Parts: sequence; C-alpha cells; structure tokens
Amino acid sequence: MEQLIQQIASGIANGAIYACLALALVMIFVSTDHINFAQGEMAMFSAFLCWQLLDWGLNFWIALPIVVVVSFLIGLSIERVILRPLHGAPVLSVVVVFIGLLAIFHSLAGAIWTHTIKAFPSPFPQVAFAGSGYIGPHQLGMIAVTVGLLGALFAFFRFTPLGLAMRAAAQNPASARLAGVSVDWMLALGWGLAAAIGAVAGTMVAPAVYLEPNMMASILLYGFAGALVGGISSPGGAVAGGFIVGVLENLVAYFGNLLEKITGFYLIGNGEKLTVALIIVITVLTLKPSGLFGHVTVKRV
Amino acid sequence: MATTVSSTGTEAGIQNVFAFIRRRWLWLLIAFLALLPIIGGKTGYISNFWFLQLSLMIVYAIAVLGLNLLTGFNGQISLGHGAFFAVGAYTAAILIDQAGWPFWATLPMAAVTCFVAGYLFGLPALRLEGHYLALATFALAVAVPQILKYRHFEGFTNGVQGINIFKADPPFGLPLSSDQWMFLVVLAVAVLMFWIARNLLDSRTGRAMTAIRDHAMAASTMGINVPRYKAVVFGISAIYTGIAGALHAIIFEFVSPDSFRFELSIAILVGAVVGGIASLPGAVIGGVFVQMIEKYADALTKKISAAVHLPLELEPWTIYGIALIVLMYTMPTGIAGGLAALWRRMRRS
Amino acid sequence: MALLEVEGLKAYYGQTQALHGVSFALEPGGITTLLGANGAGKTTTLRSLCGMVRTEGSVRFDGRPISGRATEAIVRLGVGHVPEGRGTFTNLTVDENLRVAAYTRRDKAAAQRDLDMVFEYFPILKARISQQAGTLSGGEQQMLAISRALMLGPRLMLLDEPSFGLAPLIVQEIFRIMRRINAEAKVSMLLVEQNAALALELADHAYVLETGRVVMSGKASVVKSDEAIRKSYLGY
Repeated sequence: MEQLIQQIASGIANGAIYACLALALVMIFVSTDHINFAQGEMAMFSAFLCWQLLDWGLNFWIALPIVVVVSFLIGLSIERVILRPLHGAPVLSVVVVFIGLLAIFHSLAGAIWTHTIKAFPSPFPQVAFAGSGYIGPHQLGMIAVTVGLLGALFAFFRFTPLGLAMRAAAQNPASARLAGVSVDWMLALGWGLAAAIGAVAGTMVAPAVYLEPNMMASILLYGFAGALVGGISSPGGAVAGGFIVGVLENLVAYFGNLLEKITGFYLIGNGEKLTVALIIVITVLTLKPSGLFGHVTVKRV
Repeated sequence: MATTVSSTGTEAGIQNVFAFIRRRWLWLLIAFLALLPIIGGKTGYISNFWFLQLSLMIVYAIAVLGLNLLTGFNGQISLGHGAFFAVGAYTAAILIDQAGWPFWATLPMAAVTCFVAGYLFGLPALRLEGHYLALATFALAVAVPQILKYRHFEGFTNGVQGINIFKADPPFGLPLSSDQWMFLVVLAVAVLMFWIARNLLDSRTGRAMTAIRDHAMAASTMGINVPRYKAVVFGISAIYTGIAGALHAIIFEFVSPDSFRFELSIAILVGAVVGGIASLPGAVIGGVFVQMIEKYADALTKKISAAVHLPLELEPWTIYGIALIVLMYTMPTGIAGGLAALWRRMRRS
Repeated sequence: MALLEVEGLKAYYGQTQALHGVSFALEPGGITTLLGANGAGKTTTLRSLCGMVRTEGSVRFDGRPISGRATEAIVRLGVGHVPEGRGTFTNLTVDENLRVAAYTRRDKAAAQRDLDMVFEYFPILKARISQQAGTLSGGEQQMLAISRALMLGPRLMLLDEPSFGLAPLIVQEIFRIMRRINAEAKVSMLLVEQNAALALELADHAYVLETGRVVMSGKASVVKSDEAIRKSYLGY
C-alpha cells in the first residue's frame, strides 16, 4: 500500500512536468494548429542554460528568471524569423522544419556542453517533512513550482488585457484583427510563452533525471500524449492530461511488478511501461477522439 | 487538418516533367545501373563499399515510397514507419536464422507480415486523424524497440543482442561479389515495386486514394468505402516499408532493436518530404537523401567546421537541421518539386 | 473633404480578380449603401478597405492612404468593421468580446464611456454580460458585433449584411439603433445589404455594384423611386 502511494505521488510529480510540456504544446497549437516537435529539445536547451548560470556561481532562484526570459526571447524569435515566412506552407513542410529545429537544439547542446550527463542540484532544501516517506523534497517542490506557474498563467489569460487579446487571436484571428489586435505578434508571444513554460519544465526535470541532451526525448512524448488526452485545444485539459499520463505510467509499472511478485510471471516491467501507457492513451483517444476535456467542434463542409 | 497534403498544381507539374524522363531515360538509367556490376568489375572503379551504399539508397527509396503512398497519396500521416521497417527486417532475419530460409523467400513473407501488421494498425487508426494519428504512429515508433527487447520474445528476437545473418553468395557461380549481387537483387525488387506503385496509382484504387486525401467526405458520397481503403492503404504502405526493412537486414547482415529506433521513422518521413511528397521520383530522391545524410553528414560537418573556424565543434545534426529548414524554404514541395520548377523555368527561357 | 475616398480599387483572391477598379467617395456623417446581386463584390469591397484581401488602387481614409496597411492598423485609425457572419468570439463572454476591441485604445476613460454608450443602445447585452457569446441569439450576436466595432471609437463603420438571417422585427430594431448611432455618435456608415429596400430606407446615398464594378450611383431617394434601376439592378 505504501508503495502504491509512493508510486502515485511520484507519478503526480512527473505528471507536473508532462503538464508543463503539454501546456507549452497547447499554447502553440491553439493559435497555429501546429504541434511543435522541438518543444522538448528547447526545454532541454533552457535547462542547460540554467546549469551554465549555476556553474558560474549564480543562485538558482536568480538564474531561473533569467533563463525564463532568455527562453521567452528565443521562442519569440524562432516564430518571427523561422516560422513566419512559412505561413501557409504545407503542414508536412512545417513538421520537417520542427524536426530541423529539434536536431539543431539537440546538437548545439551537445556541442556546447558535451553529451556526458551532468548532475543538476535540486533547488529545494533537502529536509524531512510530514509525508516525506512518500515523496521527496524535489518532487514536492516540482509540483509546487508547476502548480504555481499554471496558476500564474491562468491569471494572466483570465485577467489581463494582453491575455484576453491572445485568447481572442487564437480563437478567431480574423475577428481579432478587426478588433485591432495584431494577431502576428500574439502568435510570436504564444511561442515565447511556450518556450518560457518549457524552460521551467526543463529546469525542474533536470535534477530528477540528470542533465544531458537526450533528457527530454521521452518526456516530449508524454507531454504530447497528455495534451491529446486532455483535449489539444484546452489548456486546462492539457494540464489534467499531463497529470493523468504521469500517474498512469507509474501505475502500469507498479501493477506489472505486483503481478510478477504474486504469480512469478513477468508481464510488464519498467521497459514496457511507456508502451503500455501509450496503448492506454491511444485506446482512450480512439473511444473519445476529442480528448477527455476537449469540446467537440462541428466541422462544416 | 494536419493530414491534408497540398497537391494539385505542383504535383501535376512534377508528374508532367518526369513523364518525359520516365518514358525514354528511365529504362536507360535502369539498364545502366544493372550493368554497373560488370562495369565496376571490369574497371575496378566501383568498390564493394559503393555497391553497398547504392543498395542502401535504393532500400530507403522503397521505404520512403511506402510512406509516400500513405501520406502523400492518401493523406494519412505516419511518424512511425520505422516500425514496419523493423517488422520486415526481423521477419527476414528470423526466417533466415532460425528456419534456414533462402533470403529471397523471406521477402514475400515480410510482405505478408507487414500487410497484416499495417492493416491491423490501420483499423483503429481510422478513428484517429491528424495529430492523433501522429501520436499513435509516434508511439508505435517508440514502442517497437521495446517490444523487440520484450523478455518473452527473446527466443525469436535474441533481445538486445540482435540477430546476425550471412550474406548470400551469387548463384550459378556468377562472377560477382556478394555486394554486387545484392545490389542487383535490390535494384530488381525496387523496379518491380515502383512499377506496381505506378500502376496502382493509375488505377481506380489510386484515384480513390487521392480522392480520400483531398476530400474524404466527398469521396464517401461518391461511393468509396473510405475506412476500408484507408486500412488497406496502411497495409500496402507497410508492405513497401517492410520489404525495404527485409532487404536492409539481408544486405546489412544484422538486425537489433536499436537499429530501429524512433530516429529511423523520422528519417523516412524527412526523406519523403524532402524528396517530394506524392511523387514517385521524389521517393527515389528521398531514399538517396536518407542514406547520404546518414553517411556523409559527419564528413560534411567536419569540412564546414574547418572552413568557418567556429569556436566550438559543430555536430552533424546542426548541419542536418539547418539543411532541412533551408530546403523547406527554397523547395517547399521537396527536391522533386524544386527540380520540376527549375525545369519549367529553363524550358520557358 | 471626403471621409473615405476609393479610387480604382482592384481586389484579388489568389489569381482571381474580384474587383475591377471600384471608385467611390463617402462624405462624413452620412450613411451610404453598396447594393448589388450575389457575387457583385460588395463584401469584397468592405474586406478590401480593411486590408483583408490583396488589392491594388488607392484608398484614403480622412486624407490618409490606408491601402496596403495591416488590418489591425487600419481598424485602429477608426474604421470599425462589422464582418459578414458577425465574427463572434464564441468562447469568450460578452464582456470579454467588448473589452478585446478596447484593448489597443490608449484613452481608457473614453473606452469606458463607449462601453456605457453601447449598453444604452443595447441593454440586452448588459443583461447577458457574463454569458458566453456563443450562447447568444443571432440578433444578440449582431448587436454584439456592432458594439465591438463601436468599442474601437470609430468614425466610420463598415457593416456587412447586418440583417442576414434575422427575423424582420429584430432587423427593424437593429436598423433603428443604427440610425441613432449615426446621428448621435457621429459615426458614418458604409452598409452592404442584400435587402436593397431595407438599405435604401436607411441610407442617404447608394452605389450599385455589378461584377466588381460600380455601375451606378445616386441619392438613395432617387434610386429608390427609379423603377428602371430597381428592376434592372435590384430586382424588386
């Protein structure tokens, strides 16, 4: 029982990261209809930037805002410089450009900081607290930071004029232009925010998995799955989807181990948990194509 | 949605331009390639290494053609075609290694296994469109190496170790090296597969495929059974990529789960788009591109690094990424489309 | 000086030319209507004025050339466009729909005054203020679209078929309020209407378009009473 609770708690902690990445994907998707396959590598790159600042002796809580701002600017410039000219290009061309970006960020990180794994110190105090038998301090901090971030984003979109303009631009670009909103800049801002959210995800996940260029590969897949499970056009759904996928993945491994312990038959272990979790996610999507929280859009022909 | 592949104008243009090449030069080109082993053998200019390279290019061209049938001509995106490549490769390797089959006999078996695998995967995938299909196929690509390592399959797959097989010697005591012989086999298979694809696309089935891509709902009101077609096309597409996988296993003499990681699926997709989506010549160009990148990105990167004196050592992927972005800017419809446009401009002037 | 001067306006959708040199002028303060059959280019003309299609030719608003500018820049100069199909932000609330349009305005006090004015014209919107705009009736969404344009503090309003798909009683109500807005808020209007009789009731000047060209123009009262024009161009 204790193990089960542990697994769920660490699933929630991982889920927080998936939720961040899912949210970053949704940020870009709602306004452009594109899935940014480079999102994970951009987050990894941000984590390396943060590591560099720490290595130069900066305190984590000073380094983090700097990295977030720099990542925001990187995201914004990618949209303005690389993606803007491709407006109206075939979807597959855009997909290939994302793959190109992925390759560039991945290899640049490797070239600048090498491919050997690096320890990334947890910014949270390593102290015992109530319930620390179930969840580590870093995992708890990870949940707190991401939940805080999500709350801040929610407030931004709900209560600020700029957030409102971004929502309007995503929902109905033509109408938003007629209301005087520069939709093009809103897209770029969306990219910047997505990169900034990814930066937080990257710096939070690095202490948990060690820092290296491959760090985000499978996390992107989970984020993608989380975004789709929650309904790709719904930010709240994406966050929920991220947590669901995180917990699901750990439960699969837990019950696989339990089964082996009881019956002696190996069915699912850590090697297969990704596969099984994805099969479950895809089954859910086949049954409920708009995601758990997405709304069905009626397509006119 | 994401799966609608733009077509019409450019595609027709590409087909027209290549129709010219197809009619006269294509057979000459094939004849020339078929004679290469003799030319190479007599002059000694073309080493076995080169025959292996050429064979691999052709193999990837078949794989890219498979994805092209699905994505380019039928509008279903796949980020996981490496999975079918792996299924084909393992089918061939297991049959040769454990059942002692001759290599040529494994190709039809690979086709059957991959058709079944593709069809079965295509059935649930019918309910998934655009990004959902992208996720499902992405997941397939990630899952396959894990499944190949799965403990209960180790008796067949030999787990992480993979399977070693041995290259076939040329029959009837032909004076060819085994690389030259394999090159001829691969070339023959490719010619047959492309010829079948050409005829398939020209048939009712082919028109139904493109009709579904361009407007699924309109196609279904015209009496096309959209779900059945989509699943069957998934199966056919898997046959092509699977046969490519089987050939790869045979000429590479080795399969292992980690040769079929997610990157392979991406390489096939990139090959299809960069070559030219919905274009048969594009598939050939894509195949050449995939192998060239795999082989020469390293060397090219070293040259560029040396030339521009960067403070840090560039990695091949950086050049690869930049090349992809530049290609999509300059030739949004792929190299085949770009060449077609260039050809039209030259003829006009 | 004319508020809006259009000269030799050509518009293209891809390779297809939809307007073949349209010219007209709008005096400040009035209501002008563009009439014509389906496909004559009425909607295209409005969209061209706001930079929503590729155009050639000259458009001057208040003496300033605006052709070739971005839609949002033109709109901010004081051209409110009430689009075909109303352009409601269906997932936003009524309040948010109105506030989006005031987002770029510097003068927040004036924006607040305009909001009060909107609620005075359309009290029903105040009653629905926190409702999702997608749940409004067609008439209410049309009122919301006009209100969104008003929230920009415009001097000119482009109205694209405000009567479309609405019950006659509601259309009368909306047209009555449009007349008030024109008179009280000093907003000039360019009205595109399928329903020529209705438009000629409201407007003081009319242009008739046919296949992308202006084929005639005149005072609304004259056009209305000329049976030959009515029969040949307006079909009633």
